[in-house]
Amino acid sequence: MTAPTITARPAVTEPRARFRDLLAAEWTKLWSLRSTYWTLLLSGLAIIGLNVNAAVADHHNWPRYDADIRAIFVPIWAMRDAFTQIAGLMLMLAAGSVGAITITGEYGTGLIRTTFAAVPARRSLVTAKLIDVTVVMLGYGTVVAGASFWASQAILSGRGVGMSIGYPGAFQAVAASAVLAPVCALVGMGIGAIIRHSAATMVVTTAVLLLLPMCFTDHYRWTADIKHALPAMAWERLIDLGYGRFGFTVRRPTTTTEAWIVLALWALGAAAAAITVVHRRDV
Amino acid sequence: MPTTARCAESPARDTVGRVIEVSGLTKRYGPKTAVNGLTFTVRPGHVTGFLGPNGAGKSTTLRMILGLNEPTSGTATVAGRPFRDRPRGLRHVGALLDAQDVHGGRTAYAHLSALARGNRIPRTRVDEVLREVGLTEVARRRIGGFSLGMRQRLGIATALLGDPPVLLFDEPINGLDPEGVRWVRGLFRRLAAEGRTVFVSSHLMSEMEHTADHLIVIGRGELIADESLAEFAARGTPQSVTVRTPDAASLTAVLTADGAAVRPDGDRALTVTGLSAARIGELAFQHRIMLHELAPRIASLEEAFMELTADSVEYLAGDAR
Repeated sequence: MTAPTITARPAVTEPRARFRDLLAAEWTKLWSLRSTYWTLLLSGLAIIGLNVNAAVADHHNWPRYDADIRAIFVPIWAMRDAFTQIAGLMLMLAAGSVGAITITGEYGTGLIRTTFAAVPARRSLVTAKLIDVTVVMLGYGTVVAGASFWASQAILSGRGVGMSIGYPGAFQAVAASAVLAPVCALVGMGIGAIIRHSAATMVVTTAVLLLLPMCFTDHYRWTADIKHALPAMAWERLIDLGYGRFGFTVRRPTTTTEAWIVLALWALGAAAAAITVVHRRDV
Repeated sequence: MPTTARCAESPARDTVGRVIEVSGLTKRYGPKTAVNGLTFTVRPGHVTGFLGPNGAGKSTTLRMILGLNEPTSGTATVAGRPFRDRPRGLRHVGALLDAQDVHGGRTAYAHLSALARGNRIPRTRVDEVLREVGLTEVARRRIGGFSLGMRQRLGIATALLGDPPVLLFDEPINGLDPEGVRWVRGLFRRLAAEGRTVFVSSHLMSEMEHTADHLIVIGRGELIADESLAEFAARGTPQSVTVRTPDAASLTAVLTADGAAVRPDGDRALTVTGLSAARIGELAFQHRIMLHELAPRIASLEEAFMELTADSVEYLAGDAR
């Protein structure tokens, strides 16, 4: 081989690294996958549909309800129509999956190596990803929760039992349902960052969000403490406008403030876990 | 080691910015040592081949240079700094580690755009690199439908995105068609001629023979050789000459008398070592011995490589060991 003729090259000039470029890059990545659109669109329609269906059923059955039911229909039953339990489960599942996939999709395909070779500042990158997902899921949660509340109450108002957003506790319930989406998405991201394998992440995320609440009762102080420290139960607490009205349902009362703190801690804890493990581990 | 020759070829100025320095690099996974005390330097202006059998630790070494894997001990720096200390990487090092390290659901354009955006590289550069690797036509198609060769081209486009002074390629030839192989070789030589540091790994010597100026050979995670291609070639079996003659007996006597080692090699052929082809021809002429063939046999690089790494091959077929 002959020695090549070498051209002298100037030293690398580089613009200052900006965090908002990472936000923009991760935003592009999120929306350049069809699965993002489809998961959000289909799950959103399903959730709103389930809630609307509950309102339609109560509208239909209203003439047969006795005085006891009618007495507590507003706010307890009316709110349960806006946010049915099954729709809540679906919201948690969809949000948890979307969050998990943003992380496991990178590890599972090997893209994570390309990503970190381009951006060695891993913590900044993961933080950008966490923020983008939080923003998207908060928007999704707001649309889904807002539409569920508005549509269900519009239907119930045909019987004169629809609530307005000004009803005491109604706004809090809608806000909690909206916030549940980003909280669950962050939990999915945190678990995804720890496990990295797609299928296993889905199983664990589903277990933590949906199954764990069923494993604990209110019967003992310690089980009640664990149960109410779960995101699903915090959400239930915030949409339960009849909380405390029936003494037998609650052995260990919790406040709405505690419920908000639970949601915040899960979000922050999951985000911190994701940032920490991704920074430390080999890829 | 002939460092003087290499330094003379390199521009004195601005070279530090492009040097890859690996020092005492070690990586253990539990009881298994993947890379053991590797020390070498990769300089600009050359294509440096990184050779070793499968499982020798090439990919692990490249990943440590890129800060993807943390060394158990030792250091790897690019331009004097661990790569992981840089907030953004594409302008410093371009890398193709594995063409499959992409998300099949994105289009080539979206993939490159996101990478460019994170590094503040203008979008026009995405179109440039797509054109350079010949993927403009399929840029809006999803990567999931790409062949391995197309993915290799996309990986090369990714490496070129930041116009970096240092480029790493791990087995870049895999999956490329002959035209692609020719193109890649030309590209590597051009990048090196532009003063960049080009470090290309392969487990096939034949690939490096046409591309690299300098070789770093490892086996079982340890350095075996760090030298120019010519020096490496000289390591192979001593040069021999194949001679065909109807009078093998006389020729053998003449050549042996002149100090050669002669070995019969099939039908009327001799393998001669210790004499040049020219000298053999002279002796045959002087002694009036007819020759039908006089062919110097150059030891191939492949042989040199096989010989060198014979003791350090990780996986052998059957009971060959």
